[in-house]
Amino acid sequence: MEGEISNLRTPASGHVYCSLKDESSQIRAVLFRSGAVRMRFALQNGMHVIVRGRLTVYEPRGEYQILIEAVEPKGIGALQVAFDQLRVRLSAEGLFDPLRKKPLPRFPRIIGVVTSRDGAALKDILSVLGRRWPTLHILIAPVQVQGEPAAQQIAEALDLLNAQGLAEVIILGRGGGSLEDLWTFNEEVVVRAVAASRIPVVSAVGHETDMTLTDAAADLRAPTPSVAAEMVVPVFSEVVDNLADLTMRLERAMARHCSSEHRRLDSSSKGLSCIQFRVREKIQQVDDMTDCLIEKVRSGVLAESDRVRRTNRELDKLSPFVMVRRNLAMVPLLFKRLERQVYALAATRRRRIEATAARLNSLSPLAVLGRGYGLLTKMSDGSVVKRAQDVRIGEDIGVRLADGKLNCLVKSVLPEGTV
Amino acid sequence: MKFEQAIARLETIVGELEKGDLPLDESLKIFEEGIRLSKNCLKILEDAERKVEVLVQEQNGKKRLHAFTQDVENGSSSAKSKGQ
Repeated sequence: MEGEISNLRTPASGHVYCSLKDESSQIRAVLFRSGAVRMRFALQNGMHVIVRGRLTVYEPRGEYQILIEAVEPKGIGALQVAFDQLRVRLSAEGLFDPLRKKPLPRFPRIIGVVTSRDGAALKDILSVLGRRWPTLHILIAPVQVQGEPAAQQIAEALDLLNAQGLAEVIILGRGGGSLEDLWTFNEEVVVRAVAASRIPVVSAVGHETDMTLTDAAADLRAPTPSVAAEMVVPVFSEVVDNLADLTMRLERAMARHCSSEHRRLDSSSKGLSCIQFRVREKIQQVDDMTDCLIEKVRSGVLAESDRVRRTNRELDKLSPFVMVRRNLAMVPLLFKRLERQVYALAATRRRRIEATAARLNSLSPLAVLGRGYGLLTKMSDGSVVKRAQDVRIGEDIGVRLADGKLNCLVKSVLPEGTV
Repeated sequence: MKFEQAIARLETIVGELEKGDLPLDESLKIFEEGIRLSKNCLKILEDAERKVEVLVQEQNGKKRLHAFTQDVENGSSSAKSKGQ
C-alpha cells in the first residue's frame, strides 16, 4: 500500500509505530525492531512511502494494523533518501567542513593505498607513483570496493593505516564501475573513517560527475586514481632540479651580496681613500705650516741671535776684557818684538864685545906673546920681571909663551946699553 | 630535519638573500645554513629506496606487511612473504 506517514513514534524498544494515511483513510502500522534496524533510511512524518506488509489485528485495541515488512520512499529511492539524510546529519557534524581538510605533505616518503588488490586502480596508482618518485615506500591495504563487506573493510583499512602511523598520505581509490558500486562510499562507516583519519586522505572514488560523501569528507578529491597519485607526490627529477636551482640562487644571491658589499666597500673605501687623501692633504698642509712656523721661528731666532751677536760684538769692543784680550793678544807680539830686540841687542853687544875682545885680544899680552914675546915671572914670588936689573944670575924665571910656560935659569944679565 | 622542513627553510633563506636586506655577516650565516640544507636535502633524495608492501591477513587474523610484487602481464598481483 501507499500512504503518508504520520504519528510516528520510535520508543526505546526499537519498534516503530506510525499511521499511514491517504486522502480518505488511514491505518496503523508497526515496524518491528528487527526490520527497523535494517532500514536504510529513517521514517519521517509526512514522508510518502510504499509499504509491503501483513495485515494483522492488534487485539488490545481491537484495531487492524499493517505489519511492515518492507518500506520504500515513494518517488525517490530509499538509497537516495538515506543518502540525503546521512549527508545532512554528517554535514551538521561538520565532517565536510573545508576547514577540517588537512594539507598534503609536500614530499611524502610513505604512501598508503586503500583499494582493491586486483583492480586497475592499484595498477595505475603504482605506475604513476613509480614514475614520479621511484624511491617511495608504498603500503597497500587491499579491500573490496563494492559489495556488502566493502564499507567495513575500507573503514578498517583506514583505521589500520592510521594506527600504524607510517603512511604520510592515503589514496583511497576505486576503478570504474557502476553507479551502485559507488554506494559503498556513501556508507556512514566509510565516511566517518575518512573524516576521522589523521593521515590526509585523497579520495579517487567517483567519476567526474558523481560526488560521494567520501569525496566530500576526504582532504582532497581526485577524478581518477592516476590523478590522485599525481596529486600526492611530486616528480623526483623536478624536485632535484628545484633544489639545484635553489642552491644556485643561493650562491648567486650571496655572490651578488658580496659583490655589492664589495662595491659598497670599494666606493666607500674610495670615499674612504678620498677622505684619506684629503686628510693626508690636510696633514701635509699642517706639516708645511709647521715647517713654515719652525722656519720663521728659527729665522726669527737667527735674526735675533744675529742681532744679539752683533750687539755682543759691539759690547765686546767696548769691554775691558776686549782691551785686555787685545793687549794680551799683543803681548806675544810684543814679546816677539822684545825677543827680537833682545836678540838684536844681544847680537849687537856680542859683536861689540867680540870687537872689543878682538881689540882687547890684540892688546892682550897673550896676543903679544903670540908674536914672539914671552912673559917673565919670577918663580920665587911670581912677580913679573920687567927689568933686567931685577933679575940675578941663577934665578928661576918662568917664561910664559903663547902655547906654554918655560922654566929658565938666568945665566947672565946684560942691561941695555951695554955692549 | 625532515626534507620538507629543510626545503622550506632553504626557500626562505634564498628569499632573504635575494632581498639583500641583511648585513653581510647575517647573510654569510644563513648562506652557510642554506648550503648545509642543500647538501642534506640532496643526500635525503639520493638515499631512499623503493619499497612496496601489502597488508595481508594471516591465519591468526592479524594483518602483517608483506613485500608486494605485481604481475603486470595479467594484471594480477601477489604478495611474497618477507623472511621473518
